[in-house]
Amino acid sequence: MTRAHDMGGRFGDGAVRPEPEDAPVFAEDWHARALAVTLAAGALGLWNIDMSRHARERLSPKDYVRFSYYEKWISALADLLVETGALTEDDLREAGPENTLSEKALTADKVARVLAKGGPADRKGGPAPRFAPGQAVRTRLPADNVLVSGGHSRLPRYVAGALGYVLRCHGNHVLPDSNAHRLGEAPEPLYAVRFSARALWAHPEHPDDEVVLDLWQSYLEPA
Amino acid sequence: MPHDDDDHPHALLPPDPALRVKALETILVRKGLVDPAALDEIIDTYENRIGPRNGARVVARAWADPEFKAALLADATPLIADLGFYGRQGEHVVVVENTPAQHNMVVCTLCSCYPWPLLGIPPGWYKSDAYRARAVREPRKVLAEFGVTLPPETSVRVWDSTAEVRYLVLPMRPGGTEGMGEDDLAALVTRDSMIGTGLPGVPS
Repeated sequence: MTRAHDMGGRFGDGAVRPEPEDAPVFAEDWHARALAVTLAAGALGLWNIDMSRHARERLSPKDYVRFSYYEKWISALADLLVETGALTEDDLREAGPENTLSEKALTADKVARVLAKGGPADRKGGPAPRFAPGQAVRTRLPADNVLVSGGHSRLPRYVAGALGYVLRCHGNHVLPDSNAHRLGEAPEPLYAVRFSARALWAHPEHPDDEVVLDLWQSYLEPA
Repeated sequence: MPHDDDDHPHALLPPDPALRVKALETILVRKGLVDPAALDEIIDTYENRIGPRNGARVVARAWADPEFKAALLADATPLIADLGFYGRQGEHVVVVENTPAQHNMVVCTLCSCYPWPLLGIPPGWYKSDAYRARAVREPRKVLAEFGVTLPPETSVRVWDSTAEVRYLVLPMRPGGTEGMGEDDLAALVTRDSMIGTGLPGVPS
């Protein structure tokens, strides 16, 4: 089974509320601070992007649903900082004495370089592609992480067990199911796979519509 | 391995979200783990320097230059890097082209993946539960909420960004733009048209 973040196809959420293109990038000042603190703390190098996503996903369902977007970020960040030993629970209760800036901390002069450098996920190693463009595949069912019970996965439940067709291979990419749990990057071929709306939904809007997902080789079986 | 007890450390911080952020920032700064000047620099970057005008330049060039467009559709990442738009959350970019037969639209149902170096920080609606839940199941109803109605002969292909590949929609070039230069073309390119929930403007 899955978690509250895996909401593709869910009913009951109501209308999408578009915003003007010129709306502020951050609706509240604290949204900007939450993003910046999260990126700056991430630059300490204590976790990877998959661990960071998983920290948000494993907020309790009650918190995941009631928290706004940046509340999820900041809460998951606090959890990660304690889990990695950067902070203690006592630190969270009360800000302690002032320390000098750690040499690991991101400084203003390095921000542009760090953001421009990014963190590519493609890797040279790993298995050869098992599937070619055009080939029929079926996604794993159940969609769970097979390495860790309740672990991170990027196989949404709405596509589990569905028949699709490989559109393209992106090369070998880090496997989140492993990397989120410090089990290694375990790179695998990553594919864009297209699914007919008819294969996913009992009442598709249009017979020719499709959904494409990026899926790792171990999520797929030949069909 | 996942910590599924419900006494997460974050509960030790103040419940009000603005105070929660402020408290964590204060703790990290006092610990010497975060430099406040770096926070200001990050915010300035995404408020003022990296946003949808970057993506609009890519689209305008593709509209103006057929060779660039062909190369962009074949392998976008190196071309976008040449324009200076490589970076965090845009390490692997695929550009998908709208045609009369197919309209493309991008979502991230599992979180909020989005091509930051090309479009900046995603708007609130892109991160909303309603968009994440519905874009894959009923894209046409969602498009209607953005004022976009597609003819029945146009199929919709929704890209759910489940990996580190980031998708940018190349909208169709509007009619009446023959002979226009890249700057004027870029002015017609909206953020939503590059996500696929909108269409570009038309020349006045």
